[in-house]
Amino acid sequence: MTARTVAVQRPSLLRRLVQENSPIRRLDGLMLVAVAGLCVIGTLLVWSCTRTWAPGSTGLVKKHLLNEAIGVVLCAMVATVDHRAMRAYAPLVFVVSLVGLALVITPLGATINGSHSWILLGGGFAVQPSEFAKVGLLLVIAMLLAQPAEGADRPRGLDVILAILAAVLTMGLVMLQPDLGTAMVLAVITAAGLVLGGVRKRVIVGLVVAAALGIFSVFYFQLLEPYQVARFTAFVDPSVDPRGVGYNATQSLIAIGSGQLLGKGLLGGGQTTGRFVPEQHTDFIFTVAGEEFGFLGSAAVVVLLGVVLVRGLRIARRCEDRFGTLVAGTIVCWFAFQTFVNVGMTIGIMPITGLPLPFVSYGGTATFANLMAVGLLQAIKVRGQSFL
Amino acid sequence: MIRMRTRLLVLHVLVLALLVVLVGRLYQVQVVHGQEFVTRATETRTRTVIVPAVRGQILDSSGRPLVRNRTALVVSVDRARLSRTPDGGAMVLTKLSQVLGRPTQELQRKITPCGPRVPKPCWTGSPYQPVPLDEKVDTREALQILERQEEFPGVTAEIHSVRQYPGGRAGAQMLGYLQPVTEEELEKREGLKAAFSGVDLAGRDGLEYVYDDALRGKAGLRRVQVDRMGKALGVEEQVTPVPGDHLVTSIDSRIQAVTEKALDKAMKSAPSADGGAAVVLDARSGRVAALASQPNYDPEIWGGGISARGYQWLMSEKSGKPLVSRAINGQFAPGSTFKVSSVTAMLRAGYPLSGSYNCSGSVNVGGRAFNNFRGQSLGMMNLHTALVKSCDSIFYRAAYEQYLKDGGRYPKKNPKEVFANTARAFGFGRPTGVDLPGESAGRIPDRAWKKSLWNQTSAVNCERSRKGYPEVKDRARAEFLKRLALENCTEGFLLRPGDSANFSIGQGDVLVTPMQLARAYMALVGDGKLRSPRIGWAQVRPDGKVVRTIPVPVVGKLPLSEKERLYIRSALSQVTKDGTAAGAFAGFPMDKVRIGGKTGTAEVWGKQDTSWFASFAPAGNPQYVVVVMVSQGGFGAQTAAPAAREIYEGIYGIKRPEAVPGGRITTRLPAFRPDGTVVPR
Repeated sequence: MTARTVAVQRPSLLRRLVQENSPIRRLDGLMLVAVAGLCVIGTLLVWSCTRTWAPGSTGLVKKHLLNEAIGVVLCAMVATVDHRAMRAYAPLVFVVSLVGLALVITPLGATINGSHSWILLGGGFAVQPSEFAKVGLLLVIAMLLAQPAEGADRPRGLDVILAILAAVLTMGLVMLQPDLGTAMVLAVITAAGLVLGGVRKRVIVGLVVAAALGIFSVFYFQLLEPYQVARFTAFVDPSVDPRGVGYNATQSLIAIGSGQLLGKGLLGGGQTTGRFVPEQHTDFIFTVAGEEFGFLGSAAVVVLLGVVLVRGLRIARRCEDRFGTLVAGTIVCWFAFQTFVNVGMTIGIMPITGLPLPFVSYGGTATFANLMAVGLLQAIKVRGQSFL
Repeated sequence: MIRMRTRLLVLHVLVLALLVVLVGRLYQVQVVHGQEFVTRATETRTRTVIVPAVRGQILDSSGRPLVRNRTALVVSVDRARLSRTPDGGAMVLTKLSQVLGRPTQELQRKITPCGPRVPKPCWTGSPYQPVPLDEKVDTREALQILERQEEFPGVTAEIHSVRQYPGGRAGAQMLGYLQPVTEEELEKREGLKAAFSGVDLAGRDGLEYVYDDALRGKAGLRRVQVDRMGKALGVEEQVTPVPGDHLVTSIDSRIQAVTEKALDKAMKSAPSADGGAAVVLDARSGRVAALASQPNYDPEIWGGGISARGYQWLMSEKSGKPLVSRAINGQFAPGSTFKVSSVTAMLRAGYPLSGSYNCSGSVNVGGRAFNNFRGQSLGMMNLHTALVKSCDSIFYRAAYEQYLKDGGRYPKKNPKEVFANTARAFGFGRPTGVDLPGESAGRIPDRAWKKSLWNQTSAVNCERSRKGYPEVKDRARAEFLKRLALENCTEGFLLRPGDSANFSIGQGDVLVTPMQLARAYMALVGDGKLRSPRIGWAQVRPDGKVVRTIPVPVVGKLPLSEKERLYIRSALSQVTKDGTAAGAFAGFPMDKVRIGGKTGTAEVWGKQDTSWFASFAPAGNPQYVVVVMVSQGGFGAQTAAPAAREIYEGIYGIKRPEAVPGGRITTRLPAFRPDGTVVPR
């Protein structure tokens, strides 16, 4: 009874947190539930497809859980920061992420699974700076484009040029690894920032033409690695080489398709157990969901991701400052692109690209970056709108 | 901000559209086409392994195994796995050849699938099935392979059952052998058709071939779940194999052993003998009690895939082609043993049974003198004596008279051809229908046969009659051949008088197999009915239940009354006493068991005579019919008759322990216990 009396006199921390209009109350709960659900499903799927690596092991589950825990802490930390203050830090974050990318190219970089995009931290841990670079680029573009010209509803030309320069610099460093998937995400982030930032339509059209020319020249001058070209060829016609490049596409379709309506149950997927789909814990994690949880389960994963996207859009729309709106909208574009490309490639409507599925795939840095982005969205939600 | 909001709204719509696309495509893949992917998943995820059924045994009339199974460690190679190694498996084979102590080249040849240009030994089975390389692997060798799987990718050592032959070479041709089934053969089979594996064996010859369906059983199936690397993860589906039924035969392995030994001895006693056969029939049931053919071979040579040298040896002239059973494929002129048919023909042509006939020294047949044996004249005699003394001239004369009656060289319409047609009634000229594959028909050289032969050979003969035989050194011989060619060219389609005379004493163009002769004698001394002899007696399930008893079909009747049959039988019974076989049976205790029979000595141009003896015992109430033939064995009384005597001695225990108690043949099927073992008698 004594404690209660004290509480009435001076609201406890708990009470302050849960009271009307408290920061906690203003969090987007639905999005958090969806993210949590995806994380749980991701953990189960990682368990299912990595436990077979060694008899009696739990595979990468423990490490994945650790990654998620760290990610949640990062998410909470980011969520407590006022996003408007973050605007000031944006250049710093960007420069740090550039330095990270540059380090990858130095002898400090390491190659894991054929991708030279890692910096080893020791103790079995490694980071992938390109994941952080997404956040860094996103923030700096939002910062630049959120300051409109005097009396206008669109960014200044200089800022646009600066934003494009920042993007080209980041993408250039990523392409040196080379990591086409991440470069494409960065391009999407840049495009989203430009479009949502209110850049003129003719500028957008011009950029699209420039990008198209760029892509054309990439193919024309054969700047892509042969395996990357092969992936596109295999996407257009998977029967070209079913044992080679078409193998991934075919096997992931078989795994998902054989799940049918209800799936084979967790750990019950023969294709997963037999490890027929490569990179099943990272880029092809969705095939495990498809096989073991069936249409209902895999559609649920898509719906949960959809919830995150739609709630993110809602945050963007309701945010009252340009920076918040831009950050939130860009994050949604990033997630949407990765979701669509990742799920799409497993079901044969997108070419095979090395992109993880947000919140579900195994991978520390990606988990950190994704959850930090969620933290950003929450920060914007908490402080971006006035409540009356 | 307004522009941003508008563009956000567009983004909203876009995101929702993408989500709908994803879910729609998922529905299409998983729900609409799900079943197709389930099938494809099963294909990629599982390997179907055929578990061969244990093949039934082939048992003798008392249930002793003639062919049984022994378990063996078998080393097999998976060609598909091998070809995926960097050097196509060369390394693995080299290592394997060290472990097995066999040349690498031989292993390589054994795993090469058979093709038009691939000589044996090669792999006749499916290219996707492991190829058994060695069936005589000891545990140490198997362990070397199993423990170092990483060094031997695609090589396995497993326990298989392999055919074993307790009787060794005995009856090798009759028992037959096994080889991997071919795809075409599998197509014809019922049941598990999708399960073509190549590990399945099929009977290729003999009883293994004829009773393949019964012996084979039904193969089982194990669908094993595998991972991407082909490692087995577990069994997804299992169909246990149904073991094959046993085949109980009427072969008595003791009589078989005696027969083999007697024939072997006969072959060795005749210096130029190049083949022989012995047939022992149960005269009362029509079943085969023993069947031997020389030269023979050890059928275990087929186990584990035959080696190149082994196969070449089996096929070579040097080995005498031991795969060919002389008992059913050896076609020889029967000599005087054929006179039982000719005497029947005389009776049917109207010559009296009680008549007296002149066994003159020679008979003029169409202007040519046909001499009795050594030109001896034996004077007037009845048919009984004609058979006992094996007089030729009586048969020459009768055959020539019937030939003239038919119109001679230029026959009247529908000639009676009584000698040829009687021979047919005795079952000559067509397969006996014994339950063995590829039996020969023999030959009855009648007028129609002459014509068809002429149609085939006249072109060559006519050319030779003009050009002669310049390659023949001996001028007289070349001249003779040229004249013969001319004769064959101009009138080769005609049955000449000499043809008919030769035919009546089983010489010339007439050919019979030992099996044909044996079953003809069986009908003669038995009930007069012609039967298709049977080796298979009953099909018995592994648990001892008799599935079916194999009947002995009656396929004809001899054109003889009982009185006539008994007359001929009693004549034949004299042969061993004071006839042509008296010498061979000198000292044989005829009071204990009396032997009847007929010797035969058939002349073969350019070779030694074919030695025949067709016999039966006991003469008064025949139980056994024994026919022995030795190609290039000389006189019938010299080689074949002593061999037959030895067989009888073995059966009846004369001068040695009897092979069968009281000389009595087994008439009761062996009894089986529920576990499939045989109750000893």
